[in-house]
Amino acid sequence: MTKRISADDIVKEENLVYKKTSLLTKNVMHYCPGCGHGTLHRLIAEVIEEMNIQSETIGITPVGCSVLMYNYLDIDMQGAAHGRAPALATAVKRLMPGKYVFTYQGDGDLAAIGTAETIHACNRGENFTIFFINNGIYGMTGGQMAPTTLPEMRSSTSPYGRDVKMMGNPLNITELVARLPGTYYVTRQAVHTPANVRKAKKAIRQAFESQKLNKGLSLVEILSNCNSGWKMSPLQANKWMVENMFPFYPIGDIKLEGKLLDKE
Amino acid sequence: MKELKLMKGNEAIAEAAIRAGADAYFGYPITPQSEILEYLMLERPHERTGMIVLQAESEVAAINMVYGGAACGRKVITSSSSPGISLKQEGISYMAGSELPCLVVNVVRGGPGLGTIQPSQSDYFQAVKGGGHGDYRLLVLAPQSVQEMADFVGLGFDLAFKYRNPVMILTDGALGQMMEKVWFDEQKPRQTVFPSWATTGKSTDRERNIITSLNLDSLKQEKHNQKIQDKYKKMKENEVRFEKIECDNAEYLFIAYGTSARICQKSVQLARERGIKAGLLRPITLFPFPEKAVLELANLVKGMLAVEMSTGQMVEDVKLAVKGKVKVEHFGRMGGVIPSPDEILIALENLIKKIS
Amino acid sequence: MTEEIIIAGFGGQGVLSMGKILAYSGIMQEQEVSWMPSYGPEMRGGTANVTVILSDERISSPIINKFDTAIILNQQSMDKFENSVKPGGMLIYDGNGISRHPERKDINIYRVDAAEEAAKMESARTFNMIVLGGYLKIKPLVKLENVIRGLAESLPERHHSLIPVNEKAILRGMDIIKPVQEL
Repeated sequence: MTKRISADDIVKEENLVYKKTSLLTKNVMHYCPGCGHGTLHRLIAEVIEEMNIQSETIGITPVGCSVLMYNYLDIDMQGAAHGRAPALATAVKRLMPGKYVFTYQGDGDLAAIGTAETIHACNRGENFTIFFINNGIYGMTGGQMAPTTLPEMRSSTSPYGRDVKMMGNPLNITELVARLPGTYYVTRQAVHTPANVRKAKKAIRQAFESQKLNKGLSLVEILSNCNSGWKMSPLQANKWMVENMFPFYPIGDIKLEGKLLDKE
Repeated sequence: MKELKLMKGNEAIAEAAIRAGADAYFGYPITPQSEILEYLMLERPHERTGMIVLQAESEVAAINMVYGGAACGRKVITSSSSPGISLKQEGISYMAGSELPCLVVNVVRGGPGLGTIQPSQSDYFQAVKGGGHGDYRLLVLAPQSVQEMADFVGLGFDLAFKYRNPVMILTDGALGQMMEKVWFDEQKPRQTVFPSWATTGKSTDRERNIITSLNLDSLKQEKHNQKIQDKYKKMKENEVRFEKIECDNAEYLFIAYGTSARICQKSVQLARERGIKAGLLRPITLFPFPEKAVLELANLVKGMLAVEMSTGQMVEDVKLAVKGKVKVEHFGRMGGVIPSPDEILIALENLIKKIS
Repeated sequence: MTEEIIIAGFGGQGVLSMGKILAYSGIMQEQEVSWMPSYGPEMRGGTANVTVILSDERISSPIINKFDTAIILNQQSMDKFENSVKPGGMLIYDGNGISRHPERKDINIYRVDAAEEAAKMESARTFNMIVLGGYLKIKPLVKLENVIRGLAESLPERHHSLIPVNEKAILRGMDIIKPVQEL
């Protein structure tokens, strides 16, 4: 029979089997339970810690749900205007080429208002990493339609579903930038299961490592649910994501070592 | 050793940026200031000093590159002309909010809209009253010669870092395109030590640095607003710059900056040849505006004529400064038309008729 | 001494570079100079003009509307600038393509047929230097040696081999300029 331990004992050092990464601050995250942001923040923090590059890393936050990311990671960070993070990162990396530089952007930030900055940073082959979290919706402002919102998907600005004839098609920007000569590593992952978390972490590590090679931009897209915006429970939202988002935005590597993987 | 060159104002700004030890320039082509980017690309400053030059995909991207570089504590400059400066306002507002130093050059052309490519001074309000959203000010320098175009680059960087605030050089197409003699200072080394607030990577001996203009808590934001307003107050106390020309016995005063001030110097000569005791007050800083100097002169002269290549923007600051003590009128041409020295003189003579 | 000059003609005639060489020459003899071009789309094949001021004193306005000298190289510029010459001032023009010759009675008028001469010399690009030579013959404000030094300053080094042919053109201009009307 296993020994029962009290709530007070469970947090004692000797009983810990898993703990907060030292690169995460003590601030309580504001994310909704079940959202992918918290997991992705932690994975990025873990990788920076494991690579021992805290003093070498500068992160750029977007406008969107993760606008306050700098409250949670114990590294130097800059807050960008909506969509402009790749422009900031371009300057930071060019002025400090020995540092590790990343942007963290949602789909509205990266694929709508910041499309030009995204495409041109990718095309110039800027040597930083973009973490692109895609939940198909504008989360922070209350669930409006995003460039990545699926056809027929409901949002507060497509209350009867996205009518592609009227509202246009979803933009698959990751596949688009993968075709540009300036991108070196492009992958799409998710963080809804332990197995996916492990794969996502490997991808994050690979993106940071590729900055050492100075061969171009690395982009890691992470599919996430937005259970609040989608008006579902976290579990329902993950199920919906797997059934609806994954077919449209397939998980896996898209470009490795500067070469597109042929999926056909 | 100083070095003498014959150069366009635009080229002088570019050369001065290299020599001031600038770390980076980010820009996008637009007439009448493209020579700045062209000169920098031709000069290969990366080989001279290590300075980075990049042609961005838009003015919006360029100003945000400036933000990124400035947040690393680097000396960064960008330039554009009126329509492009409008696009940059978002980034300028964010930099004022995040307290980032940088140098923005506006080689003004006539507007509104795409307007004309000829010189104008119609962006005065935008430059001195904030320009973008939110309560903020830029420190605004107005050169009147190619020499000052060069000199104000180094001065602008110094002031930007002194106050952690964007500085604007407000000039126009005439000064950008004309050539004059210009003496250059020796090459300054680029900085190797960066401000303590810069995001250069968190070392173990300090807390992390965060550069942002976001304060979700209203009381915190108000406190921040107060802090930056205090900086503007200090600028008003310490940084007012102006030049008085023939003001000692003047009965009538021109007030003009930049190209208009140059033309007014000729009008002063012409007026004095006709026995009119005219003088010129030339604001060099447009924010902070030389209010005290204007008020002092208001007690001495019979009338003031603000001469601007606009419908009358600076004239509002002149009127505020004189507190109703003297008649103030405006004369200007618009849309890229440059007034001639004698039409300015006629405007002065009309003002004199009205007063006497 | 202050000399306020406008040079006006077609884009491509070397109007701007002629002004530039004049400005450089002024610098070589430690004068104050300004060079104010018209700029914009009209430069691409349309009319181009430049205001050059040489002075022993600080130059007030680089932008002026009355000139001591107007150097006019096409009809449009004649129509635009003939009346901008100060009374007693000077107008120099190339007769090539001019349908309406200058009519002012209160100014000195000279003609330098530089286009024709440049064709004879089989050196079309020295056209503006022939004009400059003509101007310097009438108003020797800058010494020839300073013009040559100014040329060397304004030309990129790879074009320095062209200096002798330009000097020859300046001398030719001095020879061929002739008075039309002297007060």
